[in-house]
Amino acid sequence: MDAILLQVLNGLDKGGAYALIALGLTLIFGTLGIVNFAHGALFMIGAFCAVSFNKLLTFSIKVKDESITFFDAYKEVPYLEVWWGDTGKAIIDYSVPLSILIAIPVMLLVGIIMERGLIRHFYKRTHADQILVTFGLAIVLQEIIKHFFGANPIPQSAPEIVAGSAAIGTWLGLSDNLVYPWWRLIYLGFSLSVIAAVFAFLQLTTFGMVVRAGMHDRETVGLLGINIERRFTIVFGLAAVVSGLAGVMYTPILPPDYHIGMEFLVLSFVVVVVGGMGSLGGAVSAGFLLGILQSFASMNEIKSLIPGIDQIIIYLVAVVILLVRPRGLMGRKGVME
Amino acid sequence: MSKKDLSVEYSTILIFALAILTMPIWLSPIGAGYPDLLQKFVIYGIFAVGFNILFGLTGYLSFGHAAFLGIGSYATVWSFKLLGMNVIPAVIFSIILAGSFAALIGYITLRRSGIYFSILTLAFAQMCYNLAYSVLTPITNGETGLRVLKTDPRIFDHLFGRGQVDGPLLTDLFGIHMTGYPGFYFCAILLIITYYIAMRIKRSPFGMMLKAIKSNQTRMNYTGFNTRPYLQTAFIISGMYAGLAGSLLAITDPLAGAERMQWTASGEVVLMTILGGVGTSLGPVLGAGLIKYFENIFSSYNDNTLHAALSFMPDWLNDVLTIIISPFVGSGWHLTLGALFMIIIIFLPGGIMEGMGRIIQIFKPNKPGGSTKTASQG
Repeated sequence: MDAILLQVLNGLDKGGAYALIALGLTLIFGTLGIVNFAHGALFMIGAFCAVSFNKLLTFSIKVKDESITFFDAYKEVPYLEVWWGDTGKAIIDYSVPLSILIAIPVMLLVGIIMERGLIRHFYKRTHADQILVTFGLAIVLQEIIKHFFGANPIPQSAPEIVAGSAAIGTWLGLSDNLVYPWWRLIYLGFSLSVIAAVFAFLQLTTFGMVVRAGMHDRETVGLLGINIERRFTIVFGLAAVVSGLAGVMYTPILPPDYHIGMEFLVLSFVVVVVGGMGSLGGAVSAGFLLGILQSFASMNEIKSLIPGIDQIIIYLVAVVILLVRPRGLMGRKGVME
Repeated sequence: MSKKDLSVEYSTILIFALAILTMPIWLSPIGAGYPDLLQKFVIYGIFAVGFNILFGLTGYLSFGHAAFLGIGSYATVWSFKLLGMNVIPAVIFSIILAGSFAALIGYITLRRSGIYFSILTLAFAQMCYNLAYSVLTPITNGETGLRVLKTDPRIFDHLFGRGQVDGPLLTDLFGIHMTGYPGFYFCAILLIITYYIAMRIKRSPFGMMLKAIKSNQTRMNYTGFNTRPYLQTAFIISGMYAGLAGSLLAITDPLAGAERMQWTASGEVVLMTILGGVGTSLGPVLGAGLIKYFENIFSSYNDNTLHAALSFMPDWLNDVLTIIISPFVGSGWHLTLGALFMIIIIFLPGGIMEGMGRIIQIFKPNKPGGSTKTASQG
């Protein structure tokens, strides 16, 4: 029981990342009809927003180390600490959650520039062209990041207060051995709330209503005198923000390097296909589902039964789904079958 | 096929063969006249020609062709290990193995078209890559890569009394070592043969069917025509080409690693085909050559060599240019590749062949009507 619950939890945080990226992919595909292979790069840019924010905060000055009295020793102290003492220290400690504030405008800008500058010209081209140009863009973005940040993963730390593990077993009255890192729990909660926010935005606001109408029948909405193109641009920005935030919050779990996006992209595409192209709910549920499946497949008991299953389970599921139910788990009839 | 067409075809292949075989001569002025690089040109040419049979003729964009390249390489190294260092069984073994994998993967992936096909092939390639890295380590030797050892059985070598070799083990074709220029000529002859086959396929009724599938598959289906066997055959053929290319890679350098199967490698062959011109016969070979040439040139530069290369300019200009260009060369070669990818797709979707067609159009006197046919369609 413990083991099962632990695997479910393990799957949920990775599933949260898949779900967020897949949500963005589906939004873009549903509104603009674009197959965006550069979406993983957006995830990566988000992660590097956190990295560069942290670098900015820990901009240091050399100060004489008072604790060593034998000789003149110097240590690096961040400016923030010099200026504000403990407050500065706390700000640095919370750099990952704080970088969300930076990431939102940055990602929105990146998304809108991408859409206006490049994607816009590819609406009428074939899907193959769209795939190829966004693939090229993904390579370019990732190489630019590599140029500035190097090829090695850059570890980021979660705030001190949530560094330990949560005693989930004790809460639920199960064994005390069942513990789970706080930050992963936070990530799960965060991804769920972002998903909820996106759905609320689409369901409850007028803007969202127009967008949904546009997803359904773009032409008619245009005929009603609504500038659907502009709204879709904002949707693209929104999708960029969603996957960027997924990247920001994922940095303490997995140290980001320049090709983190590619790894997530391939899996997220599989998630979108399994969930059903153009179905937002499908993308989210398939994201969590595949995350959990993957974590179950990496259990030692199952690995010894079928070696290597943890590496291929997601792809295997995708193949089976596409063959048995081509439109995906929750795909609607007639949408990109 | 009329007699005139046939003679055109023969002269084309003759010119092509001449151009390929004399490559060491006419490429040496631009610094590409050494066998290692020439082998790469030719091998990736085969890969791209094969890819073009699928993507160029049917329009099915596979993002997983590197898997077949990797399978071909592994099969070749295993043939060396078990049977001996002769290349003939290795090549045959690789082509058959890659072909059968293509049959299996094609059977599943070709049920879908469009982006689904791309994603499915991508999924399969990633699956092969992950397996090669993890569970299949006994077969693929994981990260280290598979290589031939002196202690391997090599049955035929021992049978013919060539089991004991001093110095490194070299692949051979009846005593001729497949390194340097002999290796290049071996690959070149295979390229010419495969190019001829691809040309024939394109002009055959089978090729016409593939092109019809590209232009309107639904209509083909409605006329009561089952397109699946044709697609399947095209997929297998292009898989075999990829297997052959992988095999040649392992022949010229008997080491097979899993990174050859990564999806960026699949992306590279797509780029080669597109850069040259999708659907044209010559385009993919041109594209492959160009990409490999630039890769070689660009990645050999670093800041110092760049500075030296630009030393004919005034100092300040030299410094500025070095700063601008340096991210694109050396380890930043992939940046150039990605940018090239985008530029080609945005401005010249038909690739170099279309570009040449356009240039020819400019200089041609305007014929009244009917001169819109560009190279990319031909």
